[in-house]
Amino acid sequence: MELLQKLEILADAAKYDAACTSSGLSRSGRPGTIGSTTAGGCCHSFSADGRCISLLKVLMTNVCVYDCQYCVNRRSNDLPRAAFTPRELCELTMGFYRRNYIEGLFLSSAVLRDPDYTTERMIQCLRLLREEYRFGGYIHAKAIPGADPILTRQLGLLADRLSVNIELPSAQSLALLAPDKKKQAILAPMKQIRDGITVSKQELKVYRHAPRFAPAGQSTQMIVGATGESDRQILALTQGLYRTYRLKRVFYSAYMPVSNSPLLPAPQGFQPPLLREHRLYQADWLLRFYHFQAEEILDENQPNLDPRLDPKCGWALRHLEHFPVEVNRADYETLLRVPGIGVKSARRILAARRFGPLNFQGLKQLGVVLKRAQYFITCSGRMERGLRVNPDGLLRHLVALEAPNLAQPEPEQLSLFSTGGAS
Amino acid sequence: MSWTQVSYLYDGSLAGFLTCVFEAYTHREEPADFTPFHQACASFYAQRSIETDQAKAQRVYRSLEGKLGKTGKDWLLRGFLTCLPDRELWLWRFLRLGYQRGPGFTRDLTNPAVCQIHKAVLALNSEAHQFTGFVRFSQLEGVLVGTITPKNRVLPLLRLHFCSRLPQEQFLLYDKAHREALVHTPGKWAILPMEDFQMGQADQEELAYRKMWRSFYHTISIEGRYNPRCRMTHMPKRYWGDMTEFAPPEQEALEE
Repeated sequence: MELLQKLEILADAAKYDAACTSSGLSRSGRPGTIGSTTAGGCCHSFSADGRCISLLKVLMTNVCVYDCQYCVNRRSNDLPRAAFTPRELCELTMGFYRRNYIEGLFLSSAVLRDPDYTTERMIQCLRLLREEYRFGGYIHAKAIPGADPILTRQLGLLADRLSVNIELPSAQSLALLAPDKKKQAILAPMKQIRDGITVSKQELKVYRHAPRFAPAGQSTQMIVGATGESDRQILALTQGLYRTYRLKRVFYSAYMPVSNSPLLPAPQGFQPPLLREHRLYQADWLLRFYHFQAEEILDENQPNLDPRLDPKCGWALRHLEHFPVEVNRADYETLLRVPGIGVKSARRILAARRFGPLNFQGLKQLGVVLKRAQYFITCSGRMERGLRVNPDGLLRHLVALEAPNLAQPEPEQLSLFSTGGAS
Repeated sequence: MSWTQVSYLYDGSLAGFLTCVFEAYTHREEPADFTPFHQACASFYAQRSIETDQAKAQRVYRSLEGKLGKTGKDWLLRGFLTCLPDRELWLWRFLRLGYQRGPGFTRDLTNPAVCQIHKAVLALNSEAHQFTGFVRFSQLEGVLVGTITPKNRVLPLLRLHFCSRLPQEQFLLYDKAHREALVHTPGKWAILPMEDFQMGQADQEELAYRKMWRSFYHTISIEGRYNPRCRMTHMPKRYWGDMTEFAPPEQEALEE
């Protein structure tokens, strides 16, 4: 089989993985090697669905012994199958990397024969890349649940970031849709990776040349919308993962109908929950950068995020007693809670107000977007001029502001003489 | 006490600009505008032509860190690479403010001069960052060659990134908008003015890699999530012209 065909098959098989980040590690290039990484990561392109292409995201092989219902590569699915040899994949990565197409390699694999054999093949490829081709770029590798811990450790010494997919937000869903995977089998490598990272960090403090185990941390992803969990459950799980397993990122992937299984939503007429995914990411940001707790964002009375509003606006509307916030006095934490003010804006406000009181004009100059924030702040005790909103009208205003940004269904051309109407 | 307004003609280089600053302070003149020699035209103000003097420029340069602070110096030097309209004039105002108020003045973001320079530098930085990803090299006879069309002069910022990333490679990155090129061979680099540059013919291997990249690019997107507006937000169309994934494939079929 030609390399081009293999690439098409194995990229197609990998595309449902949401993670494509190259962040978390800064490593400058050294003479004799090729490649570097930057802490902020780098997007090399954006595909037609608007997702970033940073890494060469492929599977080692899409031949799988498992039969997970939600997965496009399940054993029972009739698909062309292929496998890269380690040499082929290395050549491809280096060719793409030198031309600056990619920031590194995202290597995942379907389970060929058993988890150990699969991981060994991945290690073989990464070792070739690191040692023979002297590749110093970013490598994200998937740890395969069920593989021997020694192999996972070797994988982590070669890769920059490891991830284990938690796949579905609850053990029940997992038992239903992925009978070959067990919750414990997924959590065990996550725990091992967490401990490995902690130990490696301590060793590096003592010995500069201690081996680096997954220096860019670990991440995970789950499929949203295939099963019935509420947003509240998902956020609680996310928060637990961040706290217990010290993950760098949790990715959400809106379920795409890839299967006719009766256990899953019927593919006919199914709309992937993209807006829900977006809102979950917004809530995830609140957890990571805005000092929010999952319990604050959603509670029993409101188990799901409001699709019309971002979660921070939603929180602010339920807690109007905290507002309006005085921009010239509020501390950093309070400023961060104002809808429309983010980390950068809050920092700029803190810096600029040392030189004199800020007014709304000044805020605009700083680059603070007042679209939403204006309803929640005062400058020297005054609201924005001409702004009269009562608490009841506030929701209406905010929803109206957000509406144009939300994807509308494509307007349909009506025809009097429609012939294909039935199809 | 106001200084006489004078229109400065200079050679368009950073050293030239710093010499102008030196001259302005020694003659107590307020620059009304700065014009490079090749764009000289009649002016409402008295014109003065400034010859670049390395010694004077050095004196001003050495004062920057102490007077403006690290951030102020960085913004001033980067500001010179931006495409801000009347950039020299804004930089002059920024510099004067810094000399008067000392380090820390860069936090006064509501001041017009600081605000203008800050925004321009942010735009420059973000454009440079985007180009670290969007640059596409072609391998022609063992040399990596790429072209870009940026708004700001990003080559000095891209230099560090690419020289560190590809230390063993020979490469040339040509800036079509500002007609200069970053040239690198192992251990050495230079940014040189270059009037014109044409990319050579690609060989079979190069064509194969381009084809594979295009195919990867189209395969990786999920049809059910098609979202062209999101793509354009992250990667505006002005970048597309120099990117391999958007080059028409027919062109290669002919060459093959």
